[in-house]
Amino acid sequence: MTPRKSAKTTAAPVEREHGLHLLRSMVRIRRFEDKCAELYTATKIRGFLHLYDGEEAVAVGVLEALTADDAVVATYREHGHALVRGVAAGAILAEMYGRQEGCSRGRGGSMHLFDARTRFYGGNAIVGGGLPLAVGLALADTMQQKRRVTCCFFGDGAVAEGEFHESLNLAALWRLPVLFVCENNLYAMGTALRYAQAATDLAARAASYGMAAAAVDGMDVLAVEAAAHQAAAAIRAGEGPQFLECRTYRFRAHSMYDAELYRTRAEVEQWKQRCPIASFTERLRGAGLVSDGDLEAIEAEVAREINEAVAFAEAGSLEPVEDLTRFVYSERRLP
Amino acid sequence: MTTTAGTMRKLTYREAVREAIREAMHKDERVFLMGEDVGRYGGCFAVSKGLLEEFGPERIRDTPLAESGFTGAGIGAALGGMRPIVEIMTGNFSLLAADQIINTAAVLLHMSGGQFNVPVVIRLATGGGRQVAAQHSRSLEGWFAHIPGIKVLAPATVNDARGMLWTALEDPDPVLIFENSNLYNMEGPLAVEAGAVDIDRARVRRDGRDITIISYGASLFKALEAAEILAKDGIEVEVVDLRTLRPLDEATFLASVARTHRALVVDEGWRSGSLAAEISARIMEGAFYDLDAPVARLCTAEVPLPYAKHLEEAALPQVAGIVALVKKMVGGHG
Repeated sequence: MTPRKSAKTTAAPVEREHGLHLLRSMVRIRRFEDKCAELYTATKIRGFLHLYDGEEAVAVGVLEALTADDAVVATYREHGHALVRGVAAGAILAEMYGRQEGCSRGRGGSMHLFDARTRFYGGNAIVGGGLPLAVGLALADTMQQKRRVTCCFFGDGAVAEGEFHESLNLAALWRLPVLFVCENNLYAMGTALRYAQAATDLAARAASYGMAAAAVDGMDVLAVEAAAHQAAAAIRAGEGPQFLECRTYRFRAHSMYDAELYRTRAEVEQWKQRCPIASFTERLRGAGLVSDGDLEAIEAEVAREINEAVAFAEAGSLEPVEDLTRFVYSERRLP
Repeated sequence: MTTTAGTMRKLTYREAVREAIREAMHKDERVFLMGEDVGRYGGCFAVSKGLLEEFGPERIRDTPLAESGFTGAGIGAALGGMRPIVEIMTGNFSLLAADQIINTAAVLLHMSGGQFNVPVVIRLATGGGRQVAAQHSRSLEGWFAHIPGIKVLAPATVNDARGMLWTALEDPDPVLIFENSNLYNMEGPLAVEAGAVDIDRARVRRDGRDITIISYGASLFKALEAAEILAKDGIEVEVVDLRTLRPLDEATFLASVARTHRALVVDEGWRSGSLAAEISARIMEGAFYDLDAPVARLCTAEVPLPYAKHLEEAALPQVAGIVALVKKMVGGHG
């Protein structure tokens, strides 16, 4: 698919309310991540923190194609996916504060957000580790005749892992309802794709397993959304797993420890010119779909949500140390 | 063990495991078996022979040689509401699935703050002694027993091979079952009415007053054979079968040591950093003042298991070695 660059169109690219919804979702992620960075600097958040700035269009566009029954398996850079999926911002932030009101009771932190209610299966910090899990969730659905999709996010780094290849083969072999979403941000931590892979066309490699695979401009939320809808529809029609490579870029460092020695500022600035939020805003503006008032309203609404989330996390409580060894084994028998 | 005509029958360990799988699949439609060569081949050790014909390829599911992929798929299927039995052909190959077992199955409940438990059962053949050399002879069960979040079983008897699987399937958390491949051909008695058994307690398999031998799996039978020989010399050996390696039922072996005042651990794992080391430490912590002699260990020599028969036999714990060591420990006090 070709990136859509022109903002000077008069034809409406999207229905107004939906456009505002997509924009709001991306802004929520961006402002949330900005707040996380600030709270990390203020030492409210510790450990590893991986921010999603620049990649918002991927989570927002893809998750539009899912229903509440579907499952999501994500990576350690998953705040945005959790937010869009419907995990409360306060519960996510409280998790990073290590509070028991967090979505994983403070046992997981930034990299391990979980939420049973929204079928959000983490939050996996082993690169490639989520793919077999997604295959299994889809296998369970197939064996139980549940018509659901399991959506599995991973980065370009995961393509080098054996688990990637084992999982794609299994999903294709058994025709399982998995939507594989590769967030190709060009770097596996600090190693560029071209230094890690002999063949860098990732969609082509997925296609070699016998599944439909497409690459899409991951900086264009409408393109991502359209591709995800198409892939999800094919899965729901029983056509087996689908692979979507979203070509995107991470604006911030890999984590808060990263000195970014492996890429130039010029490269980062160049990609920032393609900011998914700014470019989509311009498109909506160009089509006369949003006003300054709309944008201000979105910013105000998001700021309020984030302020409330911070207050929720700040007010959170610490789990008693006596409970340290809970959740190693289940406290209940199975039905 | 005695058999009573009419109420007991004889079957092999292999048949016991197969019956356990078959019964579980009849009882619960969420149960399925997945692994390399479990279907059309009939199982590497013929455990699942005939099950494909009975249950079909959906529930007796052959997989590619992708241990991490299909073990992870089993974990995912368990999360998704199924009760998978994943067969990893041998424990050696579990190293290729270790990421999924240790980094996913063992930690998901904890990392999710109690939201996502993983009711998967993973069966693995284990042990040396079959002249299949270093890459096929490891006993890694003690190594997995190091990991919080999983349970590790080592059924030795036909009754446990038959009864532990169902209890493991009913467990809400990941359970690894290590079946020593030397036991598959062993015949043993099984009550016609035999059913599920507990998976959290050790058992005293032979009563004795002079020394306690603590063991599990195939080594259990070497310990029992040694006890038989030693009895002729008037040394009464108590033999404890651990059955479950994590969590360890230390109450049972500590009580035994408190009665006999001597302890020998027989373990096919290597001695350094072993399960035998853990048991020895527990005895020091929990029964030190009951001891009349230092705790002893008989483990596999610190060498990758060699192919040559005489060298492999020399590396593994053997009956003669147990007898000699017990005599030395008890000598002068018997």
